Amino acid sequence: MNTQTNFANALLDIDVACPTGLSTWNGSDPSSRFAVYRNNVMVSLIDALADTYPIVLTLVGEDFFRAMARTFAARHPPRSAVMAYYGRDFAGFIGEFPPAASVPYLADMARLEMARVEAYHAADVAAIQAHVLQAALAVSDQLLSLQLDLHPSVRLVESEYSIVSIWNAHQSAENEFVLDPDIAQTALVYRENLDVFAVEVTAGTGTFVSTLLNGQTLADAALGACSIDPDFDLSSALALLLRLQLIIHLKTREVHHDHTH
Amino acid sequence: MLSPTNILSKSQVARTLTLPARAGVGLKPEHFKEILATEPDIGFFEVHAENYMVPGGPFHYYLSRIRERYPLSIHGVGLSIGAESPLDIDHLQALAELVNRYQPESFSEHLAWSTHSDVFLNDLLPLPYNTTTLQRVCDHIDQVQTHLGRRILLENPATYVEFAASTWIEATFISEVVRRTGCGLLLDVNNVYVSSVNHQRDAHAIIRALPLAQVGEIHLAGFAEQADGNNDRLLIDSHGSPVAQVVWDLYAFTLGLTGPTPTLLERDNDIPAWPLLLAEAKLADMQLCAEPEGVSA
Repeated sequence: MNTQTNFANALLDIDVACPTGLSTWNGSDPSSRFAVYRNNVMVSLIDALADTYPIVLTLVGEDFFRAMARTFAARHPPRSAVMAYYGRDFAGFIGEFPPAASVPYLADMARLEMARVEAYHAADVAAIQAHVLQAALAVSDQLLSLQLDLHPSVRLVESEYSIVSIWNAHQSAENEFVLDPDIAQTALVYRENLDVFAVEVTAGTGTFVSTLLNGQTLADAALGACSIDPDFDLSSALALLLRLQLIIHLKTREVHHDHTH
Repeated sequence: MLSPTNILSKSQVARTLTLPARAGVGLKPEHFKEILATEPDIGFFEVHAENYMVPGGPFHYYLSRIRERYPLSIHGVGLSIGAESPLDIDHLQALAELVNRYQPESFSEHLAWSTHSDVFLNDLLPLPYNTTTLQRVCDHIDQVQTHLGRRILLENPATYVEFAASTWIEATFISEVVRRTGCGLLLDVNNVYVSSVNHQRDAHAIIRALPLAQVGEIHLAGFAEQADGNNDRLLIDSHGSPVAQVVWDLYAFTLGLTGPTPTLLERDNDIPAWPLLLAEAKLADMQLCAEPEGVSA
């Protein structure tokens, strides 16, 4: 007797009949009462997505967004009671949702908005002081194996479109016009104190940061950045990370033994 | 200004571990800054546990500061105590960490289920009341109380359907759960009213049949109204409007039986400006402070 299986299946799929075994005091059809639960579940999931993806909603309008979110929620219900992160796979869904194809940057905007949510709730960790980094950089035999741990809020969103400009354009009521959405932009997302920021960085800096996020060494990150961006400047990239207080820990990866400090 | 009795030091909190018999309000992020700036005279705050199951950031920043100044109730909405499947141990552990971090005066959950085969349905779903479900609910509450190392409060649900498989009425079922597990009751007066209309029962009789000596907290909220398939009234526990007068009346009746009890004003949708929520809490405070003779609103 798996009554909750029937109940749960019918909640998420309107083609599944109302579960049996329900009763009503007045003998009315239980399906109209069951519909309250169905509606509660679906509306709460759509509302959760609307909270996380306000600019996606603005870009397509409320009606389109809610219809798209309803389709997503029926196929991808939450797997956790922590609703803050519900819809991590919404961007991937949007990218393959034909009705949304007319807004080509919609999926990347969803990636940016989820990155902002993750940055907002990320752990609180203090940054290192500039002199700590300077001291480490001064030890020349450590340079190649130096690893920089970045703040847990740091996310990178790379796009073929002007997602940072488009996002910024939708922050004020005036709705600034983005002249050309087809310019590739890379967003560095991070939290400073209690506020989340998304700033545009060069493709080289983007590669530099994403390589560091992968746990590779400073040398690997700098080489990777230079290979895709000849103008990449290591010292200004490090200065940016220091200024934004995004470096939280330094360690050296010894080639022969696993010594860290 | 904050009255001195409202400020509990950490050592006092550890000693008392009970909410004050005053009105409290559900804490919402849109009100964080105003609450800290104005330090309103209010009995306690309540948060939904799952909203704070995040590593860091503003939610913990503000909750920590508000918790230093006020008693706190942590209210779970995702443990799925009424589920046929076992409790999610990771979720239970996350609750334990949250409770350990904030040391709330109260932790409560629902007589409902919300998770099924790893899908979280984000609603409080009903269960039949019979010997099988009684055993399962009691086992789950035993497990929660053991894991958290504390007594929890269990909230009575608002329901829209009943089950042919039920052999107990809800109030008797809850009384038996409370008796067997030693948990307390979070008496949601709005839920009693909503269910009484939806299932054509006497709300006063439901209240009287509940284990009133074990009530640790009362919830008040607003409901919405629809019609069922026979065009009879169907009330929805919406938390999106002020408390209805009929629920205030039932609250006064309840307080007459329980005596002053910590009372939360729940508002989760269409959240108004902070002063309006505070004003609604003051209405509950007035009833809590009134003499029993003056209570009948």
